[in-house]
Amino acid sequence: MDTNRDLKRSPRSEFVAGVRAELPILLGVVPFGMIYGALAVGAGLSVGAAMAMSSIVFAGSAQFVGVQLIHAGAPGMVIVFTTFIVNLRHILYSASIAPYLAQLSHRWKWLLAYLLTDEAYAVTITRYNQESASAVKSANRHWYLLGAGLAMWSTWQVSTAAGIFLGAQVPSSWSLDFTIALTFIALVVPALRDRPSVAAALSAGVIAVLAFGLPYKLGLIVAAISGMAVGLWVEARLLSTGRRHERGDSR
Amino acid sequence: MNVWLLLICMGLVTYAIRLSMIGLIGRVNLPSVVQWALCLVPSAVLSAIIFPELLMPKGTLDLSFGNLRLLAGALAAAVAWRTRNVLLTIGVGMVALWVLQAVFPH
Repeated sequence: MDTNRDLKRSPRSEFVAGVRAELPILLGVVPFGMIYGALAVGAGLSVGAAMAMSSIVFAGSAQFVGVQLIHAGAPGMVIVFTTFIVNLRHILYSASIAPYLAQLSHRWKWLLAYLLTDEAYAVTITRYNQESASAVKSANRHWYLLGAGLAMWSTWQVSTAAGIFLGAQVPSSWSLDFTIALTFIALVVPALRDRPSVAAALSAGVIAVLAFGLPYKLGLIVAAISGMAVGLWVEARLLSTGRRHERGDSR
Repeated sequence: MNVWLLLICMGLVTYAIRLSMIGLIGRVNLPSVVQWALCLVPSAVLSAIIFPELLMPKGTLDLSFGNLRLLAGALAAAVAWRTRNVLLTIGVGMVALWVLQAVFPH
């Protein structure tokens, strides 16, 4: 019943839902974008280059690191390679969302890949996983990612420009950056329904803290991959004990 | 390196990473191990972002009651667990942090 209704979700309603889901996290993105803008101009980038980096690269952490390296006079190849390392975690995003986008045309894939930031990925994959858990298949679900992605994109461009021209105007005492972590908490915690995901989340979190000292966000990807490995191991153990139970073994 | 060439290279590298698996994984069915692993990506990655934010807000591990982000974040996690409501979780977490910061100013 629900499934049939969901199948008829229009592109427009998916798009609007994506924009709305993205709104809370944007509260934290605005001060982040303004700090980037102020930092980029302070590091000696022209207004045009500082703005262009936000649309050409469109990756907050990599832009921060890039601007600092440019300011320090690092060689271009080093900066490009560092960008690669800092953004490596997006391979995981790309892989985990790919099955949901497999039916799309090349044009859609090319567009949505450009919009695949941490923030847009987090809300979209949560939605897609919920849908697939309840056996819902919405033919227009790519519009949801488009809505979340464009909301994030426009906010990033505007807040970057604001930071370039006005400086970082949001006082850090407001702690608005905390809304990003809170949104991720709101998305992850309800999804921890089974032991493998709990194991993956806890071990990834602990390893992220232990590996925090690694440069260029490498700790993040090490933690994520270790967490996934632990989650898979728990899943495999659950399956093998389940099979033994089916065969009537005592343990 | 010219700054514009640098920007284009940074953009291409970033875009190539984002497109990589979306472009490669077609309509074929993935092995089930890979599917399980991919289901774990959001929990693993987002937790790996959240934990340092809460446990080391100033860059070093802080498990004390003076760590206001940890207290506010734990409360938000409890709200998320009970209600599954995104806006309520963010609202409660943010208000909790502001109240704690007002009561315990640094």
